[in-house]
Amino acid sequence: MSSNEGTLSLPRVRHSGAARLHPWRSPGLVLPLAFVLLLAAATAAPGLFTALAPDAVDTDAILLSPAPEHWFGTDELGRDLFCRVVYGTSLSLAIGVGAMVIACLGGICLGTAAALAPSPVRRVLVRLIDILLAFPELLLALLVIAVLGRGPTNTLLAVGLSHIAGYARLIRSQVLQVRLSGYVEHAVALGEHPWTIVVRHVVPNSIRPLLVVATIGVGTSVLAASSLSFLGLGVVPPEAEWGALLADGRNFLEIAPWLSLLPATVVAISVISITLLGRRVQLLLARGEVP
Amino acid sequence: MTVLVDECRDEEASPASAPAPLLRVEDLHVGFATAQGHVDAVRGVSFAIAAGEILALVGESGSGKSVTARALVGLAGPKAQVAAGALSVIGHGGRAVDLLRLTPRAWRGVRGREIGFVVQDALVSLDPLRTIGREVAEPILAHRLLPKSRVSAEVESLLGRAGIPDPGNRAAQYPHELSGGLRQRALIASALAARPRLLIADEPTTALDVTVQQQILSVFADQARDGHGILLITHDLAVAAQLADRIAVMQNGRIVEAGPARRVLTMPAEAYTRRLTAAVPGAATRGRWLGTTGDAPVREVVESDRALLEIDNVSVRFKRPDGSALEALAGASLVVRPGETLGIVGESGSGKTTLGKVALALQSPDEGEARFDGQPWSKLAEAARRPLRRQIQTIVQDPLSSFDPRYTVEQIIEQPLRLQRRIDRTKRRSRIAELVDLVRLPSELLSRRPATLSGGQRQRVSIAQALAAEPKLLVCDEPVSALDITTQAQVLDLLVALQGKLGLAMLFISHDLGVVRHMSHRIAVMEAGRIVETGTADEIFDAPRHPYTRRLLGAVLRLPGR
Repeated sequence: MSSNEGTLSLPRVRHSGAARLHPWRSPGLVLPLAFVLLLAAATAAPGLFTALAPDAVDTDAILLSPAPEHWFGTDELGRDLFCRVVYGTSLSLAIGVGAMVIACLGGICLGTAAALAPSPVRRVLVRLIDILLAFPELLLALLVIAVLGRGPTNTLLAVGLSHIAGYARLIRSQVLQVRLSGYVEHAVALGEHPWTIVVRHVVPNSIRPLLVVATIGVGTSVLAASSLSFLGLGVVPPEAEWGALLADGRNFLEIAPWLSLLPATVVAISVISITLLGRRVQLLLARGEVP
Repeated sequence: MTVLVDECRDEEASPASAPAPLLRVEDLHVGFATAQGHVDAVRGVSFAIAAGEILALVGESGSGKSVTARALVGLAGPKAQVAAGALSVIGHGGRAVDLLRLTPRAWRGVRGREIGFVVQDALVSLDPLRTIGREVAEPILAHRLLPKSRVSAEVESLLGRAGIPDPGNRAAQYPHELSGGLRQRALIASALAARPRLLIADEPTTALDVTVQQQILSVFADQARDGHGILLITHDLAVAAQLADRIAVMQNGRIVEAGPARRVLTMPAEAYTRRLTAAVPGAATRGRWLGTTGDAPVREVVESDRALLEIDNVSVRFKRPDGSALEALAGASLVVRPGETLGIVGESGSGKTTLGKVALALQSPDEGEARFDGQPWSKLAEAARRPLRRQIQTIVQDPLSSFDPRYTVEQIIEQPLRLQRRIDRTKRRSRIAELVDLVRLPSELLSRRPATLSGGQRQRVSIAQALAAEPKLLVCDEPVSALDITTQAQVLDLLVALQGKLGLAMLFISHDLGVVRHMSHRIAVMEAGRIVETGTADEIFDAPRHPYTRRLLGAVLRLPGR
């Protein structure tokens, strides 16, 4: 008889690699995080990655394929593509983050108002959100560009404004829920002013899910900004922006495919990394491992 | 130390003198592997249940009584380590099933079939997408006990035996169409469906009104008479007293005292059991502390005609989803005088909570009005009322819901202080320290979030917050209903002490008549939105005039000797 006599048979605890890893050390979190840090470094100090200048023209090196001296090859004017991608990071990310901030702030204001404003105003706002959601975001961004014109700042505005409706819908549903919560009613009973209640209790407790969606939103914004530039409506060509690089390379797709393929890969990996990072943080938040 | 329940059997004849007990538990240990290390929840528990016998396992939350029950049906959880000297149940055909050596597949043959398990919360334990009939039929079909053609007749008879009137129609209904009491009965019917001889019920009446509780308990008594052995898990000593043949008192994972129900409750041998029984509020505890010995201060109410709160003929109607009107309050009137506690009793749905909301001006009356301190209250414009609101504060059953989840304990108590402009930051700090001291909360908890506190501590935070506003009236809506006996005793003692010290008036809403009797100077009885009777606590309990009051009091469970 074994010493285990009298012990209930219990399912064995799984001891595979994934189960033993600390959730902070899983590859699904570490790899995207590393890439995002790399992007941040490229934004802060592009000089660390390349000694060349993004606009330096070398007429002896036109449309070279990727090689040790030009990692990503060169474009039709002999500019180093890797260098241009690195220098484009700051602009692309700035547009991504900036647009997300505009979309969030706009979404919070519009969503809160659409939940709490007096009835006629509220109805108009809810319909407005519905109408905005009915249009593809790119179309809305095009509309803004048509009014404001091209350029980095306007691209940022266009992408940000076009994403407001989605965030507003999310915030509105959260506010409606929080408004009925015990602590809001309790704040009324304590005698707090309605505005104080909105600012101190309702909005801060409504934006929790937004924090996560927003991280994913950065990826979406980078993509949207690149799409606009690719269409020739965002950042104007001489600037090294990812979408603009893609648009440039399109003309040489047959003889120098790397000109669009490599920047496209960088865009894809960036968006995937940022999105994965957002998802992971969301998961950890849901499990209560992040306070 | 292990107390064998069987040793105490000699004092009263056991109702069934079967030689082999139905359930035999010897030296049961349940531990959990947690991030902080190994935690022992149950340490060496032994008992036995004979056919036709009801054993009640009582104790505070965390004493290990639910874990014991769950270990018996193999549901203690994936992280639990269960060990025992013996753990066996007599199954169908008289063969003993050793519960320590079951595969997951064999467990499925035992659960429902040999041991029926009635879970704690009837309100969430029924599948909302299945009819009651299908729910009850499930064990019969799972264990393939009857051909399909005969299942529906069997379901009807089961529902009837569980005390559900008109079982044929009820079987076709969904859980949301039934009241809490009927749902609990449906759960009992499904536990009985596969004809187990042993029933385990974990807090089966906790969420129910006294009158419904009485009906459910009689269903269990009937089952025991039919020869079922029943293990009843409860924190309510009065429920155990009413139903059980024997009582085992658990503390920190051990049975500290066990014996015939009457003996344990009237002549407890252990200090812990004495403390538990002394903490049950009721007529005998008026004017005494519950948690400690000695007399509480007499809370004199100055006889005066001055009313602090007047609710005058108030009606409140809500619109049901189908458009019809639900009359939550139908011409209710009452008066709360300064410094007195007015208890409000009644079944759920009688309008107690709505009345509290009218007092707090969180619900405006459709007819009638509320006046506070001789001035208009419900008829004031919100802007005019806002500065006065701090005079009426509230504590509720689940204080966590009334705290902003982002706030620490300190920020919560600070909330009402911030509203008073004349108090600056240093004054607020010292006032918070005073309040925390007043409600006897350790000051190192100030930086914690309420979600990490125990139920009793949360209720203290809630009381401290209410007192920070310096109210004249405290509306207490079921303030101790979610707490176990000893914590309840501490919170009630605190409220009594604060009333003595500060001269607060209280509107004390509770479905627990013992608590109301212990706390109140006067009592108002509510039925269907009306106040049917008001009087001093003694008048209401000793000489009830209204038939509804008599019916309500008739359903109250009392400890023997009270």
